[in-house]
Amino acid sequence: MITPTPALELRSIDKRFGSTVALTGASLCVQPGTLHMLLGENGAGKTTLLRIAAGLERPDGGTILLDGAERRWRSRAEAIAGGVGTVEQHFGLVPTMTVAENVALAGPGALTGFSPRRAARTVEEISTRIGLSVDANAVIGDLPVSGQQRVEIIKALAKPPRILILDEPTAVLAPAESLALYEWLRTFVDGGNAAVVITHHVREARANGDAITVLRRGRTVLEAPHRGETEGDVLRAILGEASPGSGLRAGRHAESIASHGDVVLRATAATIADEKGVVRVREASLVVRRGEVLGVAGVEGAGHRELLRALAGRLTPQTGTVEGPDAIGFIPEDRLREALVADFSLTENFILRASGRRRGRIAWRTEAERTARGIAEFDVRGGGPATLAGALSGGNQQRFVLARECDNSPDAVIAESPTRGLDIRASAAALQALRARAAAGAAVVVHSIDIDELLDVADRVIVCRGGQVREVPMRADAIGAALVGVA
Amino acid sequence: MPVPDDLLGAVVRGATPIGLAAIGELVVERSGVINIGLEGAISVGAVVATVAAAAAGPAAGLLAGAGAGLALSLVFGLFVTRLRAQQVIAGTAISMLGLGIAATMHRSLLAGTDDVHVPTLPSFPVPGFDRLPLIGSAFFDQPVPTYVLYLIVPLVAGMLYRTVAGVALRAVGESPLAARGAGRDPQRIQIAAITFGGMLAGLAGATLVVAQAGVFADGISAGRGFIAIAVVALGGWTVRGVVAGSLLFGAVSATQYLVQSYGSGVPYNLLLAMPYVVTLVALAALRGAQAAPAALGRAIEGPP
Amino acid sequence: MTSGLPRVRGTAAAVFFASIALVAVCIWAAGYDASRAGSAAWNAAFGSPFAFFSGTLKRATPLLTLGIAISVAFRAGVLNIGADGQFLAGAAASVAVALTFSSWPRMVLLPMELLVGACAGAAWAGGAAVLKRRYAVGEVVSTLLLNFVATNLIGYLVRGPLQEPSHSYPQTPQIAPAGRLPILLPGQRLHWGFVIAVAVAIGAWWFFQRTAAGFRMRVVGASPSVAYSAGLIDVGAVQARALIASGAIAGLAGCCEVAGVTYGLYEGLSPGYGYTAIAVALLGGLGAGGVVVSALLFGALAAGADGMQRDAGIPPEFASIAAAMMILGMLIASTVQRARGAAPAPIRSDAGS
Repeated sequence: MITPTPALELRSIDKRFGSTVALTGASLCVQPGTLHMLLGENGAGKTTLLRIAAGLERPDGGTILLDGAERRWRSRAEAIAGGVGTVEQHFGLVPTMTVAENVALAGPGALTGFSPRRAARTVEEISTRIGLSVDANAVIGDLPVSGQQRVEIIKALAKPPRILILDEPTAVLAPAESLALYEWLRTFVDGGNAAVVITHHVREARANGDAITVLRRGRTVLEAPHRGETEGDVLRAILGEASPGSGLRAGRHAESIASHGDVVLRATAATIADEKGVVRVREASLVVRRGEVLGVAGVEGAGHRELLRALAGRLTPQTGTVEGPDAIGFIPEDRLREALVADFSLTENFILRASGRRRGRIAWRTEAERTARGIAEFDVRGGGPATLAGALSGGNQQRFVLARECDNSPDAVIAESPTRGLDIRASAAALQALRARAAAGAAVVVHSIDIDELLDVADRVIVCRGGQVREVPMRADAIGAALVGVA
Repeated sequence: MPVPDDLLGAVVRGATPIGLAAIGELVVERSGVINIGLEGAISVGAVVATVAAAAAGPAAGLLAGAGAGLALSLVFGLFVTRLRAQQVIAGTAISMLGLGIAATMHRSLLAGTDDVHVPTLPSFPVPGFDRLPLIGSAFFDQPVPTYVLYLIVPLVAGMLYRTVAGVALRAVGESPLAARGAGRDPQRIQIAAITFGGMLAGLAGATLVVAQAGVFADGISAGRGFIAIAVVALGGWTVRGVVAGSLLFGAVSATQYLVQSYGSGVPYNLLLAMPYVVTLVALAALRGAQAAPAALGRAIEGPP
Repeated sequence: MTSGLPRVRGTAAAVFFASIALVAVCIWAAGYDASRAGSAAWNAAFGSPFAFFSGTLKRATPLLTLGIAISVAFRAGVLNIGADGQFLAGAAASVAVALTFSSWPRMVLLPMELLVGACAGAAWAGGAAVLKRRYAVGEVVSTLLLNFVATNLIGYLVRGPLQEPSHSYPQTPQIAPAGRLPILLPGQRLHWGFVIAVAVAIGAWWFFQRTAAGFRMRVVGASPSVAYSAGLIDVGAVQARALIASGAIAGLAGCCEVAGVTYGLYEGLSPGYGYTAIAVALLGGLGAGGVVVSALLFGALAAGADGMQRDAGIPPEFASIAAAMMILGMLIASTVQRARGAAPAPIRSDAGS
């Protein structure tokens, strides 16, 4: 059998963001005339890999081949000229401009004239061709998320691409719209083009794709061009085997459940909006008791972020109530944007916690001693109290944040993806620290992108999907099914 | 109090340099950059125009002034795009640099015993239009730079709203990441906008000397660079608003002359302060930056 | 925005001397006698005790206080471009007090001048703070515009309510001796304003390093998102307070200038001090110690520029070109350090050690 030259091939791509490893030796091979599905949990590196293919990020290592020829994109414009179109998930559109303007932005020309009427006609022409309707003169910010997604797709076709990359295009589309999109994608690839679609839905991938690639923790773990694998195989590749070395699960439940006590965190019919005012959680009710770890699963945009932030007192519910103690430890997902000031010393970063309520003088010597104790207790390596936070490795930064947020025995600890970007050892240490907090009597809430991790660390698991919250059995298949909505 | 015939003409004369600088700054700000260094570009434009006009006539003065403003703004542009320097700080430095260069050139090249007076551009009546009732002589019997402004206003409006480049420029000011995703180069667009704005600021400075005063004086710009920035905000970042704002400031400066020559109960300095107070009040009433380009003043994140 | 600024003394020194060298080359290229200019500058800045105390240190005094004012705002991430206006507001208010209560004893009158000057500066900046908090008007444009309001208000005062009795000059009468800051050293022009400036610098250092409120300002300036998420800090309120404090210090500088040097109010009281102070603050790495050193260097630069003009006929504006180049040099230096990925060593090595 003669293998045709792949339309797009990515070979052993590496990419780091600061101290976080996004991709290590990831690969992807897309044949012409096929619809290729890229799967993996959040944070697995799917988006980064495709941004590299589209010229939006530069790889630290590895090669990009288009029709067998090596390409090095110096800009997004070069990739577009090379025929790589994208449908991005975020930041793809200018929210204050109209649909027609956004589509013209991606179209050809510079000093060529722009006429709103002509641009609107282009939009209508593309939208009728692919069966996605949209008002060309609407301002992007006024459109619902699904409408914005449609504009993204239309925009990608303004300069006809040979390879189309779509980042979770169906996440916000109605079933009939998804169906229409896949029908159109089929005619698109049948014309000799290729498409790569990121999705969380295994069934959707198997039903519509010609080939499947699965990423996990920055590596390609499954390449199945012939669909010989079962749904279970794919799910296992996405979710992974139980992490080695954590050893938390065995014999834990009996001991911890017995010690569960008073309710520490309570949400009652809480409707929560994000910082931009978009409602993300609807009428969620839950309790977390002293001594238990509640695991939270949810794909991006499912509302888990807002739920955790409301429990941590960082967001106020629009309706309903969220009650919690005064002393709460909060571990945000993005350490350098939300938890640490890189060019402050560790002592300064340590006293940062809840410094909005601090009064009077700061006794630096006492604080430095307290920091040193926290550093020792959580085994933070690579520096002392006077070291700058930016000088630590990612794993040690995370240990340091844990040390800070667990200092003074808070009654509750809320952690967003506490193992993101960490290696297995560092992940296990972080989870152990959270378990220890629960054992010491705190209520702990953990969100993770990794189902195995949730099973390791949690006593109970809830799943967020589309703003709804519900408790699920402690089994990988049950959680996975609830996450992708096939249950 | 009788209104002098030329009051409206004085309004247009006062509005011309501010309008030139403000239209330029509008383009710059729509691309997401705030150029506080405008005052420096105007001053350098004025002094270089004086030197060139003394040597080769007023037309050469206009061109040289525009070129000088462009060159100084290019330095600013490289700092804020290539080096991603804080725009306000880099702009303040460029402003100081421009004022310093202008004053130094003035003292070393122009000031002997007397100030150098340069030939000024005459008023040039536009046949037909200058006889329009009420506004004819005021708007259509002016020196050339005013007509340049009449030409540039529709050109800028057309560029911003009727070309793909204009769409791209506005997109960079709103969301540089989206513009880059669509294959546009935000840095190149910003550099182009900044040099264009600098050129017009230099032209504004040249206008002050070559079309109005006929002589350079220290502080000739008199804060017009900063007023232009305020006019852009006051005009809600639209071409129409900027034109209206420039005319407002032109009217204020014309009224100042009027009050000066006729005398009145209102203290002259309080009149001078009025436009700034009015601008502040108007900005507050319009809720300030709500219409501002979303990415104004921020360095672009991510890889170039 | 402070996070990208280099805080290495070596860098600042290199930038300072490189800018001076560059300006010296410009002076030479412009056809002046560079060596004569150099010696004239040196003599005017350091050549004698009189040059040092009555030239350099006297010139450094307003720049030091204003440099601290700018650094307070910048460290909290507030771009106060209006120190000039706040300086003038403080100056005008204290002259008004000194003229109104000229018969009062010094022990009462002087403290009252200082207090009223600081309050006027704070109120001037407070206007910008309210505009930002309540009306979403950015502080860059509002502080800039308030500078022009202040300049014209001074013009009005010295021609109107506060004009000297003969009504022939646009200036106020001289304030009574009881309202003047005493001379620090006999025979010199250096006044107690310098001591106040140093005290303000020490106070600012203590505030930022030792108090929770100062720490909050530093966190807000370094990263507003971390300040809110990890520190539960009200970012807007902290920034408003920083802007008002910055204005108070700038107002104090204005008071010291009129009570210590000019003894009256006139147009052109500030030759752009508020803008030069931005260079002073940046070159000093926004730290109190650094700002003291850089204010002294700028004082010497100003005194030297006076000397060059007097003895070598060189335009004094070369000093402002040098200041501009120093700001640009610091911006380049911070980019180079960012590109190398090197975290700059902090001046505040005291913290946590």
